[in-house]
Amino acid sequence: MTTLDPPVAESARAPSGSASASASGGWTAVLHDWVTTVDHKKLGVMYVVSGILFLVIGGLMATAMRLQLFYAENDLIGPETFNRLFTVHGTTMVFFVGMPIVVGFGNYLTPLMIGARDMAFPRLNAWGFWMFLFGALLFFFSYIGSQGLYGAGSAPDVGWFAYVPLAGKAFSRGNATDYWILGILVSGFGSMAGAINMAATALTMRCKGMTLAKMPLLVWMMLVVSLMILIVLPPLTAAQVMLLFDRFLGAHFFDTQAGGDAVLWQHFFWFFGHPEVYVLMIPGFAFVSEIIPVFSRKVIFGYPVMVAATCAIGVLSLGVWAHHMFTVGMSKPLNIWFAVATMLVGVPTGIKIFNWVGTMFGGKIHFKSPMIFCIAFLFQFLLAGLTGIMLAAAPFDWQLTDSYFVVAHFHYVLIGGLVFAIFGAIYYWFPKVTGKMVNETLARWHFWLFVIGFQITFNTMHIPGLLGMPRRVYTYPADRGWEIWNQITTAGIVFQMAGILFFVAAIVLALWKGKEAGPDPWNAWTLEWSTSSPPPAYNFAGLPEVKSRRPLWDLKHPEDPDWQYE
Amino acid sequence: MSVAEGYSKTSRVLRLIRPGALIGLLLTASAAASAEPGIQTPSIFDPRSTPASGIVDYSNLVLGICFAIFVIVMALIAITVVRFRRRPGDDDREPPQIYGSNQLELAWTVVPIIIVFVLSLVTVRTIFSLQIDEKPPGWMPVTAVGHQWWWEFQYPERGFTTANELHVPVGRATFLTLQSADVIHSFWVPQLAGKTDVIPNRENHMWIEPQVPGLYVGQCAEFCGTQHANMLLRIYVHTPEDFERWARAEAREAAAVPAAAAGRDVFLTTACINCHTVRGTVANGRFGPDLTHLMSRQTLGAGVAPNDSDHLKQWLIDPDHLKPGALMPAMGLDTQAIDQLVAYLETLE
Repeated sequence: MTTLDPPVAESARAPSGSASASASGGWTAVLHDWVTTVDHKKLGVMYVVSGILFLVIGGLMATAMRLQLFYAENDLIGPETFNRLFTVHGTTMVFFVGMPIVVGFGNYLTPLMIGARDMAFPRLNAWGFWMFLFGALLFFFSYIGSQGLYGAGSAPDVGWFAYVPLAGKAFSRGNATDYWILGILVSGFGSMAGAINMAATALTMRCKGMTLAKMPLLVWMMLVVSLMILIVLPPLTAAQVMLLFDRFLGAHFFDTQAGGDAVLWQHFFWFFGHPEVYVLMIPGFAFVSEIIPVFSRKVIFGYPVMVAATCAIGVLSLGVWAHHMFTVGMSKPLNIWFAVATMLVGVPTGIKIFNWVGTMFGGKIHFKSPMIFCIAFLFQFLLAGLTGIMLAAAPFDWQLTDSYFVVAHFHYVLIGGLVFAIFGAIYYWFPKVTGKMVNETLARWHFWLFVIGFQITFNTMHIPGLLGMPRRVYTYPADRGWEIWNQITTAGIVFQMAGILFFVAAIVLALWKGKEAGPDPWNAWTLEWSTSSPPPAYNFAGLPEVKSRRPLWDLKHPEDPDWQYE
Repeated sequence: MSVAEGYSKTSRVLRLIRPGALIGLLLTASAAASAEPGIQTPSIFDPRSTPASGIVDYSNLVLGICFAIFVIVMALIAITVVRFRRRPGDDDREPPQIYGSNQLELAWTVVPIIIVFVLSLVTVRTIFSLQIDEKPPGWMPVTAVGHQWWWEFQYPERGFTTANELHVPVGRATFLTLQSADVIHSFWVPQLAGKTDVIPNRENHMWIEPQVPGLYVGQCAEFCGTQHANMLLRIYVHTPEDFERWARAEAREAAAVPAAAAGRDVFLTTACINCHTVRGTVANGRFGPDLTHLMSRQTLGAGVAPNDSDHLKQWLIDPDHLKPGALMPAMGLDTQAIDQLVAYLETLE
């Protein structure tokens, strides 16, 4: 019925893509190969690897900030440096860590999961990656060049949100803020190119038999994310161009001293900024939706509802942005609208959590490294969602917003949710990408240290917020009773760093002398596991044809195939 | 007052559920030990004024609902993970494949919608009772102006201006009009009210109606540049008599004390007067804080240091030393002039 090459035969026949490239010449040949590649797999790997490198940079910046906040009235790091640290940390983590990693996974997996040989526009794909990397480097170049080549450099210090008029020419002199604008603008063009490509690929490149209703959930979610990027990123780009006009051409869009509007920028920024959170989180959902079924040994519970919930999140997320602005003095009806709309996002998100639990219910759960990260994800994302409801409740938010409670909340979302899902995804797909297995013991050490450190740091961080500590402060008075909570928060970093060291060790060791993975080490069901590990440059020797959402299940269980039930 | 009474009537039901009170108690108890006398940890769960207490009542309901959901779903996940774990000796047969359940999925769609509906109704009512955009008659008006990085407080009924330390009476609502001289700030004193942004080229409003006299601390809550962290706020809530006494003293012009005439000359002949006002003299600058009754304030530099001779002197020698990045320049006066200036400023009671 389902026409697939048997995985074993495939792996025996196809040489691995990267091995053949490196065999042909020295390191220059390898470099040339990576720089000029249009292969979605290599681009995906480059996205993820550069994202992880920036993650380490952003993490070290966070560590520096936590050391400064360890004592009240500490003078380890001065205010200017601290303000640059949190600006660069936030910008890096959102645009140069979260985005490339989720886009990288989407890039690597989408063609493999839909049985295609590459993305719809391979060269556009390469262009998108290099634009991202160029944008990121341009942003970091501000450390050297933001005062011009003859002055000392300094990174932007206006926050990752760059609220005007603070980011306007009058209050932000020099060119640091311009590097912020241009770095994001350039990498944003890359993201838009990537989004067009991803949507086109999912819509037009599916193999024979794969209707939209049989598309893997990961691809569905990447499709929704791509459409969201196309809707929300251009307004940010437009606003950034307007800010450039203000800064260089004497325009007054946001120049309050000349009648411009400071709140307008916030509307533009958060119309992008809030959906951006879902742009990052939905791929996290996608990883979890692929991993949980395989390690529970059960089909995903309620596939159509999962797709519908993803679309609902995508649509609702476009109407909630001003919940970041409950304190700017909006009218009562607007406050009510944005509070209620935001709470409504909880409904489809809740459906997903219940459906994942429904998938595990009645299964046989294997606690392999990808799965334990997903289980921690469930707990942590649940708490993140509930603190999100508290922040959506406008009057509660009048107290909570811009306090450390918010910082704790979104780190719960982006680390407790997204980063845990990413680690799960790395452990899950690493054998496919490299052909090597990761040592489970090291991965478990990584997991436990990281989860303990994460909880110590970010669970505790809610408390100073409730006690009235605002965010983005480089120091705080000793008499406020916040010091002990800041010290516990900082202490958690030690565990997180130790966890990351185990992660690096696990990856390096696996690359060096990991066990051969074979095409399908997890006994999984989607098409990427039907080809060799790593897949050949052309992905599939013969294009597959599918009849259900789990083509490999059909192959392994010819007596009880999926398509009977879908 | 009427708002407070009206609110407390409706909120009795909400008070039945108050996990926040418990959390607040735990937090403040642990924090109180380290706090200097007079300064309380500004916990949002320890309200001393009407909008803040109304927010706590509402927050307790939200917290209660979220906590219940958390416990139920967490238990569900935990039980599922433990019960359906792979056990040693399991055969390799796949478990039964269940593709979904319309009834279950409908249930976990509808129940959250009902919860959101209930939360929405309570939210609507709370917003309507707590958000007041126009000054009701009888409330005391105060205009607060945010500056990088200090606060200006104007009392239009009384005709004077002060800085960084807001004084209000207990038992009478104060209606604040918020303006900014430069960038966006946010006015936040957690025990009295939620925060409201202070935005240039726009007027925002908020109100407080404190029930207990005392000192309440807060600070700017929107990133506003280098010294955002030291844009601190103090609100002194007085009995009506004490407030009256304080306000009458503030309304006076600065007294010219002959013993400090030398310092006064230094003040009036240097650039001080470009930025600072001392009523009763030619100094009428608006860029920096009004100094007419500087010594009635407990702190310097928007709360960065106590207001005593030593710190005043340090501040005059180099404001950057106490508050790196402060916009007041070091005036480069010689030691004698500084001493005279301190002596003069100390007469501004």
